[in-house]
Amino acid sequence: MFLKEYITDVVTGVISLLKGMRKTGYYFTHPKEIITEQYPDNRATLLMSDRFKGEVVMPHDANNEHTCTGCTACELACPNGTIKVVTKFETSPEGKKKKAIDALVYRLELCTMCNLCIVACPSDAIKMAPNFEHSVFDRTKLTKVLNQPGSKIRKGIE
Amino acid sequence: MYNQTEIIKDTSELGADGELVINMGPQHPATHGVLHLVVTLNGETIKKIEPHLGYIHRSIEKMCESLTYRQFIYVTSRMDYLSSHINNLGCALLIEKGMQIEVPDRAKYIRVILSELTRIASHELWLGAMAMDLGAFTPFFYAFREREMITDIMEDTCGARLTMNYIVPGGLMYDLHPDFQKKVKAFITQFKSKVTEYEDLVTNNIIFQSRTKGVGILSAEDAISYGCTGPVARASGVSCDIRKIYPYEVYDKVEFDEVLETAGDSFARYMVRVKEMNQSIRIIEQLIDNIPEGDFVGKTKNVLKLPKGEFYTRVETARGEFGVYVVSEGGTTPHRIKFRSPGFSNLSVLNHISVGSMIGDLMASMGTLDLVIPDIDR
Amino acid sequence: MFSLEGITTNVQDWLLMKFNPTMALAIECVIVILLSISLFALLGLVLVLMERKVAAHIQIRLGPNRVGPGGMFQTVADTLKLIMKEGLVPDKADKFLFNLAPFVVMMVGMLLLAPIAFAKNFQIWDISIGVLYISSVSSLSVIGILMAGWASNNKYSLIGAMRSGAQIVSYELSAGFAVLTIVVLTGSLQISEIVNAQQNGWWIFKGHIPAVIAFVLYIIAVTAETNRAPFDLAEAESELTAGFHTEYSGMRFALFFLAEYINIFIVCAIGATLFFGGWMPLHIGNWEAFNHLMDYIPSSVWFMGKTFFLIFLIMWFRWTFPRLRVDQLLNLEWKYLLPISLFNLLLVAVIAILGWHF
Ligand code: SF4
Ligand code: SF4
Repeated sequence: MFLKEYITDVVTGVISLLKGMRKTGYYFTHPKEIITEQYPDNRATLLMSDRFKGEVVMPHDANNEHTCTGCTACELACPNGTIKVVTKFETSPEGKKKKAIDALVYRLELCTMCNLCIVACPSDAIKMAPNFEHSVFDRTKLTKVLNQPGSKIRKGIE
Repeated sequence: MYNQTEIIKDTSELGADGELVINMGPQHPATHGVLHLVVTLNGETIKKIEPHLGYIHRSIEKMCESLTYRQFIYVTSRMDYLSSHINNLGCALLIEKGMQIEVPDRAKYIRVILSELTRIASHELWLGAMAMDLGAFTPFFYAFREREMITDIMEDTCGARLTMNYIVPGGLMYDLHPDFQKKVKAFITQFKSKVTEYEDLVTNNIIFQSRTKGVGILSAEDAISYGCTGPVARASGVSCDIRKIYPYEVYDKVEFDEVLETAGDSFARYMVRVKEMNQSIRIIEQLIDNIPEGDFVGKTKNVLKLPKGEFYTRVETARGEFGVYVVSEGGTTPHRIKFRSPGFSNLSVLNHISVGSMIGDLMASMGTLDLVIPDIDR
Repeated sequence: MFSLEGITTNVQDWLLMKFNPTMALAIECVIVILLSISLFALLGLVLVLMERKVAAHIQIRLGPNRVGPGGMFQTVADTLKLIMKEGLVPDKADKFLFNLAPFVVMMVGMLLLAPIAFAKNFQIWDISIGVLYISSVSSLSVIGILMAGWASNNKYSLIGAMRSGAQIVSYELSAGFAVLTIVVLTGSLQISEIVNAQQNGWWIFKGHIPAVIAFVLYIIAVTAETNRAPFDLAEAESELTAGFHTEYSGMRFALFFLAEYINIFIVCAIGATLFFGGWMPLHIGNWEAFNHLMDYIPSSVWFMGKTFFLIFLIMWFRWTFPRLRVDQLLNLEWKYLLPISLFNLLLVAVIAILGWHF
């Protein structure tokens, strides 16, 4: 009886091990199953998800115009003070004074990509870009001004 | 109070009777993070384990007190980062409960599907990491292959792979990605075809079984008295699945079984998680084709203010019961907040279940407790 | 046809012609030393790369592929890096033993090269007690490991070293018994005779089931002896960070690392010699044509092919199985392997006496 148990022990043990080896052996002999991506080489063909939250950007159109009104909703929504909206007063041709943005300062090193600012923005002036290669040698390079120099607010946006 | 030299002296010299005191962590391959275990050994036998915490304490609870109800949700992703979606859900549920916000059905369905996907992803990672603790490296990569499909789905829909922050009070941040259903179905097919692989490589492997069976036994009474929840408690036969007991969202509409094992050893904990993955697949299969049309977010005020009072909600994360407790003074930020994280209670049984076993057993017990250190040390 | 045999005799003749016998012997010694050191370096590079590639392909990865074509020079680059690194010695370590330990481990590997027949008549030292020599010398490596563990003044190292002591001492037994079965079949301890006895078929085919069992036991035992997963308790990285070489860095670490691979090579070479006929080509019964064809493949290729097959087997184990616990490891040896190998030896003795083997 003891001997029988002993032998079944050995046999079932060995079989379970062999099964495992069959699985790994299968993968060894099937290089097609390899799933690694050759990252820096495949930059050109790399498909990023369109919603990927990589950094906050402000889209500008061909006339160098954006839609940011300087309402500071994004600044208020941000949990960690990543965005600072610096406003100025512009005088319109009719002589009326109007609030507009001077600079929308965005500090990438603080951003947690939580998307709250984007949701908060009433005029869809900012959005997330799927760019993830952010490393720089100098930290100050991570502090960005999102509105392009000389840009203006698009007509008709209040 | 200790000063530093005393600590070093205290933990680096031989104890009484030739006991060996070794510091496992905060940098150690098996503690998966910055957990520091002071292990007293007699030869290979463990006499005592003292977890030392605080290496990754970020005072998240205090931080949340200065954030508005919309803002604090994203911080909870940084606690149990493997169940971040479920943590977010817990906080959102609390706010919705406190303010009586109606959540559209569509959002509820999607939340549940994503929660279950998160649970599978978390269990997959755990499976690989635990196999690695026990010395088998290869299952890690196979498990990650499946997990990768889930993170891709998450990336498509939520825009992030780990710290999603997709849930907002009242619903979801934005609608599902058009490819979502197709990709989830592809994942389910892939997962089902690969499950046998884990069985061959891990579950049925004689070495794995002998490493985990009868190791780190936790009785049902101890599980209750230590406050264990989740798979750890269910492996000891304690029925504690929040999804069954206090169903939230649409968990009362789907059919699934609460996985219970009775042995309470490492192997039982392993089996519970593996079976839970199958149950999660079952839930997803029931919901994926029935996501109702409609809004993905309900009507909410611009500024959220919780009425004065105390609020508590709980959800079932991949590790157990996650509770959010908020004391509100009626303002825009929580007055006091406390998270009940499953990892902390689960870690506290480590000493109890490993005394008298060997160093190798410690890896099995610790691995199957599924500790995520930032969850323990908030 | 390319043959190593000719080269050795030519060199010897030439040396004897030019110098007196003592001098010739001394020069031969120097040549052999140089050759074995370069073989070591080469094997280390090749085997580490092979391990990484095998592991990668099993784990659905590509493995090293940046340095050189297909990552061929990755290990060269790694070695360069290790050479340039500072070798730290812990403050309270026993400096002398700490420095000595890697060399002891290496030396054992070198000594073991002596009786291995790499090709037909290409052997450093065809000692008449070859097998005995191998089993006695191979057990010395534990001394180096114990030394390293003790001298590091680190508790992880100490535990690792003690584990490896217990492990190597016990697995020596079943490795020895497995080797003995072949010795019983051949009736000789000399490596060249063992190889010659497999002229008409390798022992694994000729020796019936006992030889197969002996081979399985041998592979398990040597995997344990060389501290490889699933028996890598001495290093057990998830438990003991790096076991006995936790405190080693730079070139000293590289020596340990190299020694591990050299040891694998050596045990596999011995396994190939004992069970797969060493450099003997594959001969099947009286298929004359087939046998002739096989003879055309140089003997060194046969030897290396078999050895690398066994090495692959051991690597395959490593990347498939979880690690055993220390008491299970000893249980496996004393409750399973040892009784089985004793019984197996008995069986082989009966077979050999009755002359049932071919
Ligand atoms: S993504 Fe979040 S952290 Fe980043 S700027 Fe927007 S609100 Fe602030
Ligand atoms: S980006 Fe949007 S929210 Fe921020 S200031 Fe401009 S308009 Fe307002």
